[in-house]
Amino acid sequence: MATHLIVVEHTGGKLVKATLSAVAAAQKVGGDIHALVLGNGAADVAKEVAPYAGKVHFGEAAGDRLAQPWAKCVADVAKSLGATHVWAAATGAGKDLMPRVAARLDAGMASDVSAVLDDKTFKRPMWAGNIIGTVEITTTIKVVTTRPTEFAVPAPGAAGEIGAVAVDPGTSKMTWVKFDAVVSDRPALSDARVIVSGGRGVKGPEGFKTVVEPLADVLGAAIGASRAVCDAGWVPNDWQVGQTGKVVAPELYVAVGISGAIQHVAGMKGSKCIVAINKEPEAPIFQVADYGLVADLFKAAPELTVALKAAKG
Amino acid sequence: MKFLVTVKRVTDYEAKIKLKADKSGIVTDGVNMIMNPFDEIGVEEALRQREKHGGEVVIVSIGTSDSTDKIRSALAMGADRGILVKHDGPLDSFAVARVLAKIVDKEKPDVVLMGKQAIDDDSNQAAQMLAELLGWGQATFANIVTLEGGRATVVREADGGLETVSTTLPAVVTTDLRLNEPRYAALPGIMKAKKKPLEEVEIGSLGVDIAAKVKTIAYEEPPAKKAGQKVADVASLVTRLKTEAKVI
Ligand SMILES: Cc1cc2nc3c(=O)[nH]c(=O)nc-3n(C[C@H](O)[C@H](O)[C@H](O)COP(=O)(O)OP(=O)(O)OC[C@H]3O[C@@H](n4cnc5c(N)ncnc54)[C@H](O)[C@@H]3O)c2cc1C
Ligand SMILES: Nc1ncnc2c1ncn2[C@@H]1O[C@H](COP(=O)(O)O)[C@@H](O)[C@H]1O
Repeated sequence: MATHLIVVEHTGGKLVKATLSAVAAAQKVGGDIHALVLGNGAADVAKEVAPYAGKVHFGEAAGDRLAQPWAKCVADVAKSLGATHVWAAATGAGKDLMPRVAARLDAGMASDVSAVLDDKTFKRPMWAGNIIGTVEITTTIKVVTTRPTEFAVPAPGAAGEIGAVAVDPGTSKMTWVKFDAVVSDRPALSDARVIVSGGRGVKGPEGFKTVVEPLADVLGAAIGASRAVCDAGWVPNDWQVGQTGKVVAPELYVAVGISGAIQHVAGMKGSKCIVAINKEPEAPIFQVADYGLVADLFKAAPELTVALKAAKG
Repeated sequence: MKFLVTVKRVTDYEAKIKLKADKSGIVTDGVNMIMNPFDEIGVEEALRQREKHGGEVVIVSIGTSDSTDKIRSALAMGADRGILVKHDGPLDSFAVARVLAKIVDKEKPDVVLMGKQAIDDDSNQAAQMLAELLGWGQATFANIVTLEGGRATVVREADGGLETVSTTLPAVVTTDLRLNEPRYAALPGIMKAKKKPLEEVEIGSLGVDIAAKVKTIAYEEPPAKKAGQKVADVASLVTRLKTEAKVI
């Protein structure tokens, strides 16, 4: 029978919800589910995870979240449990850490999987989502990161047993220096029910303030962006949606002045309802949009903001 | 300081990717092949760091002799020499890491610069695996790289902001999109590149196990999205969102 180890991600003392996609994927395989919480505040986060795992292990001694020492801690715990599968969400943190874990365990790894077929076979997007590959991991231990948007949050069950685990980060070459957070009182991109994204059509940071933000405000939305505008420094890099940015799947995704390059579409085409505003009728974004509005965004977006306000009463 | 930069030959990001009729892979006939864009950023970074610190920039690619022209492109940008590890057929990221570990043993670079992901398999694994095999520190998704006092201090693109980590050298660094803007190779560079040393190594001669730990056993196209509709104006958009899509 399979023994799963879920590497739990947390930030600011709170569970990162994307982790639950890894739980959901492990449940598809079946077997015992263990969760591992490392680093400062691990004991508290363990309580949050308990309803989703048979057993939660916490190891505060792992220290700062750094790939080298954490990979050792995860691999040590995986070995001592006799884990057959080690999972994490395919977030920035998961992508940084898990290949190291795989190398340490001499295990094959499947990244960013979108479906679980059986205990060793998974589907995953390749070529910016142009192709879906089916991959088979041939090693005894399997390391997998899961695409958060592709797995529904599992129902919480009875709280699992929580216990401290001794972890030894070993001698690492790495030190943590600092984190400069993007401060925002908007919902996080990965959790948002609605996302309004702006592209180069918005023309500059001014356009984000005057056109994108008010629309996002009235929708209670998170703000996303195309690579072009992140590169231009109009908005934080963290807002980039796409093949090499964040993958999102909100209920409603509004693309404003975005052409719809495959690299962008790769990160948002799973959204339930996609609206595009673009002045170019042939823009590729209209191929994925449920509702396309061919219009000048500087006119249409503010109009939409006003109309939505009115609709809300 | 010695820089080893990895370069993978991949399908052009602008190319239309299509499945072969027998679904055994993608159509590559007539598809333009480029240097993985993240690797190009790696080459540029190595060149800029060499300008500051002096030293040598060595390019390594694993692939068929077709990869030679991507190594030459990096040499034309200004890299000093190249290594082609000759191999035909699929190779998973772990095997790539094991081969690179052998090259690192020989070359003893201070910094290995790699792309954060190859835009064909989108795996995002090889660099982190290499760092683990070597027991080195890593800095993935680099936005700013500072080499000083035997350390790499790297501002990296993380979830929710920019994280700074520091690691002793030697280290593995992976590039993110905003690390720099790669230069174009100028004609004199292209001429010079033809004379720069390019060593070829048979993969079999390295004594590395390259057996797949991960195999791609099937390829398919994603389900087509059903065609959407154009709306005439803002008012009808709002009505549809309310009554049809029920999202507002
Ligand atoms: C390796 C690699 C990775 C990449 N990863 C990503 C990624 O993760 N995410 C991503 O987004 N991109 C990514 N890209 C970039 C991608 O290929 C496109 O270049 C980018 O998405 C384009 O951004 P854009 O749509 O904002 O700009 P453009 O393509 O310039 O489009 C602007 C659009 O705005 C419209 N417009 C202009 N003015 C108006 C107006 N007044 N009213 C209405 N519409 C208007 C235009 O018609 C046009 O369609 C990547 C590229 C590479 C090579
Ligand atoms: N065949 C290869 N030759 C040289 N470098 C490679 C090769 N495959 C992968 N790499 C490097 O590893 C990085 C990450 O690849 P991947 O793990 O496949 O996403 C790429 O950006 C390259 O720098």
